[in-house]
Amino acid sequence: MFETLTEKLQRVFKNLRGEGKLTEANLQEALREIRLALLEADVNFKVVKQLLEGIKEKSLGQEVLTAFSPTEQVVQIVRDELVRVLGKVESKLRFSNDPPSVFLITGLQGSGKTTSTGKLARWLSHNGHRPLVVSVDVYRPAARKQLSVIAQQIKLPIFEGAAGETTPLELALGARREATQTGRDVVLVDTAGRLHIDDALMKELEQLRGALHPTEMLYVADAMTGQDAVRSAEEFHKRLGITGVILTKMDGDARGGAALSIRHVTGQPLKFVGIGEKLDALEPFYPDRIASRILGMGDVLSLIEKVEQSIDQKQAIELQQRIVDNEFSLQDFRDQLRQLRKMGPLESVLSMLPQIGPLQALKGAQVDPKELARVEAIINSMTYRERLNHQIINGSRRRRIARGSGTTVQEVNQVLKQYAEMRRMFKSLSGGGMKRKLAALMR
Amino acid sequence: MIQTLFGSAPPKPGLFERLQQAVEKTRAGLVDRIEDLVQGKKEIDAELLDELETTLISADVGVRTATEVLEAVREQVDRRELNDAAGLKACIRERLLEILKGAERPVGAVSDEPEVILVVGVNGTGKTTTIGKLAHHLQDGGKKVLLCAADTFRAAAIEQLEIWGGRTAADVIKQRPGADPSAVVFDALQAARARQADYVIVDTAGRLHTKSNLMSELEKMRRTAGRVIPGAPHEVLLVLDATTGQNGLEQARQFTSSAGVTGIVLAKLDGTAKGGVVIAIARELGLPIRYVGVGEKIDDLIRFDPESFIESLFKTSDTGR
Repeated sequence: MFETLTEKLQRVFKNLRGEGKLTEANLQEALREIRLALLEADVNFKVVKQLLEGIKEKSLGQEVLTAFSPTEQVVQIVRDELVRVLGKVESKLRFSNDPPSVFLITGLQGSGKTTSTGKLARWLSHNGHRPLVVSVDVYRPAARKQLSVIAQQIKLPIFEGAAGETTPLELALGARREATQTGRDVVLVDTAGRLHIDDALMKELEQLRGALHPTEMLYVADAMTGQDAVRSAEEFHKRLGITGVILTKMDGDARGGAALSIRHVTGQPLKFVGIGEKLDALEPFYPDRIASRILGMGDVLSLIEKVEQSIDQKQAIELQQRIVDNEFSLQDFRDQLRQLRKMGPLESVLSMLPQIGPLQALKGAQVDPKELARVEAIINSMTYRERLNHQIINGSRRRRIARGSGTTVQEVNQVLKQYAEMRRMFKSLSGGGMKRKLAALMR
Repeated sequence: MIQTLFGSAPPKPGLFERLQQAVEKTRAGLVDRIEDLVQGKKEIDAELLDELETTLISADVGVRTATEVLEAVREQVDRRELNDAAGLKACIRERLLEILKGAERPVGAVSDEPEVILVVGVNGTGKTTTIGKLAHHLQDGGKKVLLCAADTFRAAAIEQLEIWGGRTAADVIKQRPGADPSAVVFDALQAARARQADYVIVDTAGRLHTKSNLMSELEKMRRTAGRVIPGAPHEVLLVLDATTGQNGLEQARQFTSSAGVTGIVLAKLDGTAKGGVVIAIARELGLPIRYVGVGEKIDDLIRFDPESFIESLFKTSDTGR
């Protein structure tokens, strides 16, 4: 969809060869492209302006190194600048010396407060805490019910409120009392969503803060927010003093420029990122990943992590050995397919790849999940011996396999051909070139 | 708060005033900014044009649309058709209106009652609330509305719709959480026929447009609807959060390709300074904006009309920034 910054800069710098230094003149157009790229990623325009100052300063007078192209150099400067602004990995939460600690979860309507409350509670309980959740959203229909369903799913207690406790403040105080009595060390208070211009609701939050002395005032922000992200975050921060940000809906394809804007105007760290609808889809915030994403450089680290999560380490090592020994069988091929499918929809896996270099072609490739199922069915219809040694699969065996898998002989042939190609590829890769090729890819 | 939803409301300001209120912030941000820039300038210089472009971008109009609008303005300046700064405002206004009007589409005729409206969108844009308001709006016009709780995924989504059903006195067809959404659609359409409803509004689970499996679930719901009532769904409304930035375009694109979006509802326009995404979508996808959500109350949904939107956007206001 978007042309990446790298591609744009490559075009800009095409005529730069032979120049000794990056000068103001040849940087001008590059800066314009950087500006557009950041704006397209929904970074606030004021923030963009300030970022550009820093980038310009650092780029000017840079020697055009021979080893790098100026494109790479400038992209690196931009990226470093973004990472610097985004801050360090800081998913540490502050707890009170006198438990229970209270965390207020605030944010605009529909940013994902209730889901994030659930995810954070789950995360806390997996990290040695005993959280209690409470919803004080008495306005949105069924909001409290939503949190109680979530609490059930993560098997954590929720404070539903005693009789007569109907105001947000009563509910929150009740929850804190309950936490003290039942030995819970954190109370997560899910507040009502509001528009930052809603004075009455902002006052209510101020009142909650005054009465509860929360150690964390977390602001939940939607990664898809546009230019307005700055205004709301500023307003919340001014009135409530937020202590951290949870960025949600990062599993979509939003560039997440809002992260940069919010961090820039509030100076408060981004602590967590929501990456899915399931309640375990919350991860610490990594500035370098978001920076790459804002620039459209792919999210190779997340991809590697995803692969690691779904692939059995021992199996992987065994497989590697077999590839080196050129013993990669159809059986292994099938295992590979299964693991691939375990990683989820292929599109989402592919979308994490950088949009540069040789991987570009893969981007947006349409992979039909049914196709994978078909291939697996074909391999399933082979006998054990056939899977170990594909050379024994003759015409009559092919017909049998096709019948068994409900496919045609042509399709069986195709799978065998693909497999043979893969084997050949592995053979060339294991000839020592693999590392070099991968290194070239990652650069 | 809830009481105020039922309680006696103060006399309603007219539609136009309410829309104007809703875009108050946008006006403050966009139009006043343009006025500020234009004021005191006689000549149109490159700096002024650049500033104007930034202003449009900061309203989430999008880089491409902003550049295009400015390009047209520059051309006029170059041809000397436009040479005083005051004419700039009118020129930009005309461009924006042109874009919005170009995307207008009439609502398709319904041959087979009831009219089925499928409401889709990413998580947290305000689908269920919009449905409540829409049901109210339609019933106000003397129509019988049936609500279909096809968001079987999100915790308490069905309850939320039921509460809206109670407020608007519309029947809600539901199944248990986790049920197949298409099955609920099927039930609802059957029921709508039997009860002779004029409209069925289908609430779907919020989904990110990048989740292809969830997007094909929408396709299935469409197919199911079409089997029960030929031509259904007659309208597929994509609810967009007005605070959404450039990703809104991508959402509209993806939902259009798998759910066949026919119109946009721009929600939460009251809370935000921006409505610019409307223009970017109209310009790039040609999708009409059908309704605008301007508040939390049940009647805070108004029909979108490009003329009055731009009109209220450009009407001089005395509110500063």
